[in-house]
Amino acid sequence: MTSIAAPETKKAPLFGEEEKRVILDPLLDQNPITLQVLGICSALAVTTRLDVSIVMGISVIAVMAMANVTISLLRNLIPSKIRIIVQLVVVSGAVIIVDQVLRAYAFDLAKQLGVFISLIITNCIVMGRLEAFAMQNPPWRSLLDGIGNGLGYAWIICVVGAFREVFGSGKLLGYEIIPDAMYEAGYVNNGLMVLAPGAFILLGVIVWVLRWIRGYTEN
Amino acid sequence: MISEAILNSYDFAFAPIPQDGAQDAGNSYLGILLRSIFVENILLAFFLGMCSYLAICKRVDSSLGLGLAVIFVLGLTVPLNWIIQTYILAPGALSWAGMPDSDLSYLQFLTFIATIAATVQIVEMAVDKFSPKLYATLGIFLPLIAVNCAILGSSMFMVERNYTFGESVVYGLGSGTGWLLAIVSMAAIRWKLRTANIPDPLKGLGITFITTGLIAMAFMTFSGI
Repeated sequence: MTSIAAPETKKAPLFGEEEKRVILDPLLDQNPITLQVLGICSALAVTTRLDVSIVMGISVIAVMAMANVTISLLRNLIPSKIRIIVQLVVVSGAVIIVDQVLRAYAFDLAKQLGVFISLIITNCIVMGRLEAFAMQNPPWRSLLDGIGNGLGYAWIICVVGAFREVFGSGKLLGYEIIPDAMYEAGYVNNGLMVLAPGAFILLGVIVWVLRWIRGYTEN
Repeated sequence: MISEAILNSYDFAFAPIPQDGAQDAGNSYLGILLRSIFVENILLAFFLGMCSYLAICKRVDSSLGLGLAVIFVLGLTVPLNWIIQTYILAPGALSWAGMPDSDLSYLQFLTFIATIAATVQIVEMAVDKFSPKLYATLGIFLPLIAVNCAILGSSMFMVERNYTFGESVVYGLGSGTGWLLAIVSMAAIRWKLRTANIPDPLKGLGITFITTGLIAMAFMTFSGI
């Protein structure tokens, strides 16, 4: 996760204080998944393995960056009554681009992600940020906001994906992590981790830990 | 009352789906209905519609309203998208219009989400006009539904699984019912949880996830795993 976040944090000092805040806040303090409670659907569905989670994270970052910039450029032209439809069309366009690119260059992974790539359209993070940020802010800042929120989402699903892969199948990115000696000593992979309940419980625990660290309590 | 309903449906559902026969049962209408409600519950097995689920499941009555609206919209949009997919988008689907080489499937996402948004809008206006009473119950939930991923997800699954028209109607209604069942039982549990002594950082989202995980585990017994 840090390897994904690193390039952005290095660039940050080049920006002003405001830009820095826009891109760093969503990583922890305003994390879209754990604090704003957005985009949970795909966070759980695609995280059975780490590689799928990484591809999904990158796709979401790309879609959010594209959609945020487009909506931000159009923000003064969109009549507020039909803004939801306009936003949906822009997001669908971005998702179609990502989907076609994935099919062209990573067909196997695209096949595993299946319908969940298309569900980025209805991912509440994308719609939520368009509504709350891109409609009021200039394109450059919206781009940073899109990337920041995408990263905040990506690192959480990568953590969930890593845990589920290690405990569910004893591998990480396809390499054996848990040594044979452990299996001989009676260790068994936890099959529940690969299934739906494991995802729910694991994400619940991650939310618990992050909120405990930040001292955040919900009423 | 709700737990009783779940218990009854448990007995009912377990009989027709034998442990290893889900595949065989999956082809009949009843099989698709039971599979979409219990075994492959759209929320508990595929995690779709989580956002509105987490936002609404604090109260039983609003959960019921939203659940009914989801059944309604799914029952309409899945067959509608089936018609669009079969006669316009699928490879070679436009042969009735004299264009046998057409392949518009890359427009699938855009068309489906536009259909859903338009349907929701039309349904909202129609309900408002013809039944103000129903509008008072369902009306506020309808705009939420356009961006509920359970709706788009069901249409995508319908395409992926090559359902026929009749099957898509049954599947739409079934997944809506499954979603309703999940959100109403969760709302009932959260109502009880209000008085429970939960660690502060776990309150709200955290405990909801863990409880949902336990419900999902209970629903997994339907598949005989």
